[in-house]
Amino acid sequence: MTERTVTVLFFARLREAMPQPELQLAWNGHGTVAELRRAITAQGREWTALTGDLLVAVNQEMATDDHAVAPGDEVAFFPPVTGG
Amino acid sequence: MSDRIGVQEDDFSVAAEYAWLTDSNSVDGAVVSFVGRLRDVNAGASVQGLWLEHYPGMTERALQALIDEARARWQLGRVAIIHRVGQLRPADQIVWVGVTSPHRAEAFAAAEFLMDALKTRAPFWKKEQTDRGERWVEARDTDAQRARRWDA
Repeated sequence: MTERTVTVLFFARLREAMPQPELQLAWNGHGTVAELRRAITAQGREWTALTGDLLVAVNQEMATDDHAVAPGDEVAFFPPVTGG
Repeated sequence: MSDRIGVQEDDFSVAAEYAWLTDSNSVDGAVVSFVGRLRDVNAGASVQGLWLEHYPGMTERALQALIDEARARWQLGRVAIIHRVGQLRPADQIVWVGVTSPHRAEAFAAAEFLMDALKTRAPFWKKEQTDRGERWVEARDTDAQRARRWDA
């Protein structure tokens, strides 16, 4: 049976605040970005930096908290960008 | 291919990039180029270096989306964006935007739009090394305002 997971990435200041820069999270297919955030922070106190002024991308496209997340998706959380 | 995108550690050559924009190009009468460089001072601290983080994959997609948007708004010839990543030092080149068009209004506007847009929408993050230690650069309200100017 294939494991149903999502890949979660953190960047920049958030990456430094989280226990690891990347994580594979079990995901059964029903839920939004907001629910994924709750699942991540529910793993323990060291994961609760996932708050504040953060942006999210699903499969490398900017998204919002109500965006659906499916198994196999890549979801990235990061602070406002500062390139250029 | 009339779009060129680079996300790279290596420096770029303005002369070489200008040649890419203009070689065998007798259609476009206007060439606009912009270079962003690293300053040695920012927000009251002396900057000794800069680490540029990015989101591999999404960065290139985001830059292509910005070029697509510029092409939808203006009649353009060749368009190039090159953004460096990794460790940089003061006076280093950070970013290049090059645009050609038959006449200058479109080239000027598109180049300014692409810089304003990439500052707020392209997944790069800067970490400064200063005389007071390392700090992540904060997004600026002025950049957000400049980007909003382009909204219809």
